[in-house]
Amino acid sequence: MTIQEIATVLDAKWLSCPEEGQREISTAFASDMMSDVLACVTEDTLLLTGLVNSQSVRTCEMLDVPCVVFVRDKEPLGDALALAREIGLPALKTPYTMFEACARLYMAGLRPVELG
Amino acid sequence: MIIKETYPVKADDMTCAGDVSARIKRHMKRLGIPSSIMRRVSVCTYEAEINLVIHSDGGQIDFEISEDRILVRARDVGPGIPDIDKAMTEGWSTASNEVRNMGFGAGMGLPNMKRNADDFHISSVVGEGTDISMIFNI
Ligand SMILES: Nc1ncnc2c1ncn2[C@@H]1O[C@H](COP(=O)(O)OP(=O)(O)O)[C@@H](O)[C@H]1O
Ligand SMILES: [Mg+2]
Repeated sequence: MTIQEIATVLDAKWLSCPEEGQREISTAFASDMMSDVLACVTEDTLLLTGLVNSQSVRTCEMLDVPCVVFVRDKEPLGDALALAREIGLPALKTPYTMFEACARLYMAGLRPVELG
Repeated sequence: MIIKETYPVKADDMTCAGDVSARIKRHMKRLGIPSSIMRRVSVCTYEAEINLVIHSDGGQIDFEISEDRILVRARDVGPGIPDIDKAMTEGWSTASNEVRNMGFGAGMGLPNMKRNADDFHISSVVGEGTDISMIFNI
């Protein structure tokens, strides 16, 4: 799916880099624990998280994650958003809970990452 | 030697945690290091940097790229690790709730570093500090 399609499925608001809307993503990972993300993500994967500090964006930078979604309408902190813009990371905000956001994306065709 | 740099890391400053790892990643990008290697180095550097911030009294990260390998070494002054086998166990952590609320402290850092590095070496002296070296073949 494209990031734009992901945004539509999640009724999400774009927080940064809307010009990346045509980028394709096929897998997703959801966690508030960045160490779990760092241990499990080895391909270009969407990240869903409730962690709104700058470490969520740093983690995406380290892993080349192509897009981050903040769930439950949580507003990322100012430095997180500034960092997302600086590194060119598309960030979205969805009103849905982690569970519902994941369910919607799964039904729309996104798949889990392969665990090594 | 293509690059040899040393970066200081301050203890307790979560807002800057990751800055050194980001700089190191930028070096690798500029030099055209393959993305799969870059990802592994970045994961290890970032986990090591976070550990210096949350567990030590401050330290440094040495980063070296030569023709055929990348070296990352994280050294600190601090409490050290009394039982390294225990610390290497997935899920074992002494991190505070405050650190957990920042997305870390799952006890996955050291095992993940070991898994991602081609060569991983850790030594620690209680009351002095910890020294971790990781090598990645290019
Ligand atoms: N540099 C360090 N100095 C002192 N103790 C450390 C250091 N790095 C790791 N440790 C100890 O080892 C444990 C496991 O580390 P790690 O696997 O990175 O998990 P986490 O950082 O999430 O606790 C830590 O909780 C801490 O007790
Ligand atoms: Mg750690």
